[in-house]
Amino acid sequence: MLNAMAHKLILRVYRYKPDREPYYDTFPVEVPDTANVLDAIERAWDDHDRTLMFRHACHHASCGSCGLRVNGCEKLPCVTPVADYADGATLTIEPMRNFPLITDIAVDASPLFERMQLVGMPIIREAEPLRADGKTIFPEGVRDFDRFENCIECGLCLSACPSMAADPLYLGPVALAAAERVLATSSDSAKRSRILELIDDEHGLWRCHSAWECTEVCPYQVNPAEAIMRLKRIVAAEKFKRLFHR
Amino acid sequence: MGGSNGNKPYHVIVIGAGSTGSATAHDLALRGLKVTVIERGEIASGTTGRNHCLLHSGGRYAVKDREGAIECIAENMILRRIMPDVLELNDGLFVATNESDLAFKPAFLEGCASCGIPTREIPVDQALKIEPYLNPKILAAVQVPDGVFEPYRFCLEFLATAKKNGAEVLPYHEVVELKMSGNAVTGVKVRDNRTLQVRDIGADLVVNAAGPWAEKIARMGGVDVPVKPTAGVMVTVQRRLNQMVVNRLNKPSDGDIVVPQRQTSIIGTTSWPVDDMDAIEIPQEHVDKMIAMGEQLIPLVRQTPIRGVMVVARPLVSKPGVDEREVSRTFECFDHKHDGVENFVTISGGKTTTARAMAEKVTDIVCARLGVKAECRTRETRLESYRLYYN
Repeated sequence: MLNAMAHKLILRVYRYKPDREPYYDTFPVEVPDTANVLDAIERAWDDHDRTLMFRHACHHASCGSCGLRVNGCEKLPCVTPVADYADGATLTIEPMRNFPLITDIAVDASPLFERMQLVGMPIIREAEPLRADGKTIFPEGVRDFDRFENCIECGLCLSACPSMAADPLYLGPVALAAAERVLATSSDSAKRSRILELIDDEHGLWRCHSAWECTEVCPYQVNPAEAIMRLKRIVAAEKFKRLFHR
Repeated sequence: MGGSNGNKPYHVIVIGAGSTGSATAHDLALRGLKVTVIERGEIASGTTGRNHCLLHSGGRYAVKDREGAIECIAENMILRRIMPDVLELNDGLFVATNESDLAFKPAFLEGCASCGIPTREIPVDQALKIEPYLNPKILAAVQVPDGVFEPYRFCLEFLATAKKNGAEVLPYHEVVELKMSGNAVTGVKVRDNRTLQVRDIGADLVVNAAGPWAEKIARMGGVDVPVKPTAGVMVTVQRRLNQMVVNRLNKPSDGDIVVPQRQTSIIGTTSWPVDDMDAIEIPQEHVDKMIAMGEQLIPLVRQTPIRGVMVVARPLVSKPGVDEREVSRTFECFDHKHDGVENFVTISGGKTTTARAMAEKVTDIVCARLGVKAECRTRETRLESYRLYYN
């Protein structure tokens, strides 16, 4: 393997401390060209300002905590290579949208986890299937790439969703994708009714205007937009059934 | 509740919200103490976050570190009960890739048996059916109850439960000074990194659970702890390559394990001492070594694009003149009363798998120091969902 070369970046970072006007700080950093954007942010923290607060834990896209915006686009910086940006480029680093801001680029993840708790669909499976020889040994009914079970609860879809911006009470893409999996996998009628009631609501399913931003930014191809389309068909069919079986 | 001083419960500050600090906060709160957790950044943003994610069966230590191995298998079984929703339980395989590995097998099986770690030898052809990407030249395969955890949510489950029991968790707060009165610690001075305000928080006792940063905190109280920050590189690849954790059937060495976690596999690790835990450079030769060693277990490692490379310091409790691979992975608790400082305890060493046991030990010591009579109940207390941390 070739040795890494130095990659220079100018990080223009959104700064916010409660009771002060937000501003941008500019931090020149140098990292190996094999590094990811999170490494560059950590370098800025170490070299320039220890009060720069950002969320991070696993550094390999499993915890989902580090989501933010780079040049306006939702990214997981732990798996976004600095090499995606030219040597010497300026990167504008800003917090995710549609979350309460704690400080700097650290957001309060409560809206995400509250919604996930409401739906109650787990993301971590006791036994994870392996894809081998181009085939996947998945349980029946579970899709390969665009399955909700790949979700890491990063919240990028909530940040990118225009309907979320218009209605802060909107259930949002990831929770709806989770709801779709509950309906696809559970035959428990009480659970199904609870989910149907939750999503067939003015802040539920019908808020989605199919902008597909959620699917665009998802780092794991969960494809919430398509899950929501399927949900709309399921809910319409349920209503139709009820109409004729009263 | 036993955790009181008259009507007022004793107040304990825990420094660090990695796995040790989080589990300690839970144990203290469950025993009725008032708890404040202080973390300079995000939960699990230090050593715990950048984790190999291995729920140890103890197999890796069964030959050279029996004490560590017994601790691992016991804690593995407890964690399966108390935090099932953050675990993947696909088990693990120890595979022999050459004659030297094969020669290690009898000692390995004997070691596991004497530590109470269940093993099952699997014929090679069957192992290759279960693990289609495994090196087809392997000579033996032994299954053990390894597992995989998600480290951020591991901490959140402990903290969610601690909060439910009254604990206060303060991320984005950095300890800048230990408050002292004579030779006794009376609290901490913290900088709230959100507002940049500095304030004092008083306490009856302070627990230093800062992992590889423990030495830095201990020095604020004028004491030393023999914690040896030891860095390790881990490489993650763009897809999952194995069902089970794949270990080399030999004594622990660099690049001898591939942990599958959800849609990735993590190859690790290396081991070298560092002084500055906040700025560890990733040596390219370590990355190359991970690929070269990982490839011996799973050849496809070489062709799979790298997803990320992480490096972090682990807190090994040092023993003079001993190589860092030989330092026991078990933990130590230091009551600084023995160094002449009251109300100050450090817990360090260990690994994420043993965080609950570490918490039990330090909480026992804290309770004894404060005269609190309360039994540990963390073995059987099912934790709250990690999602409730954000309630």
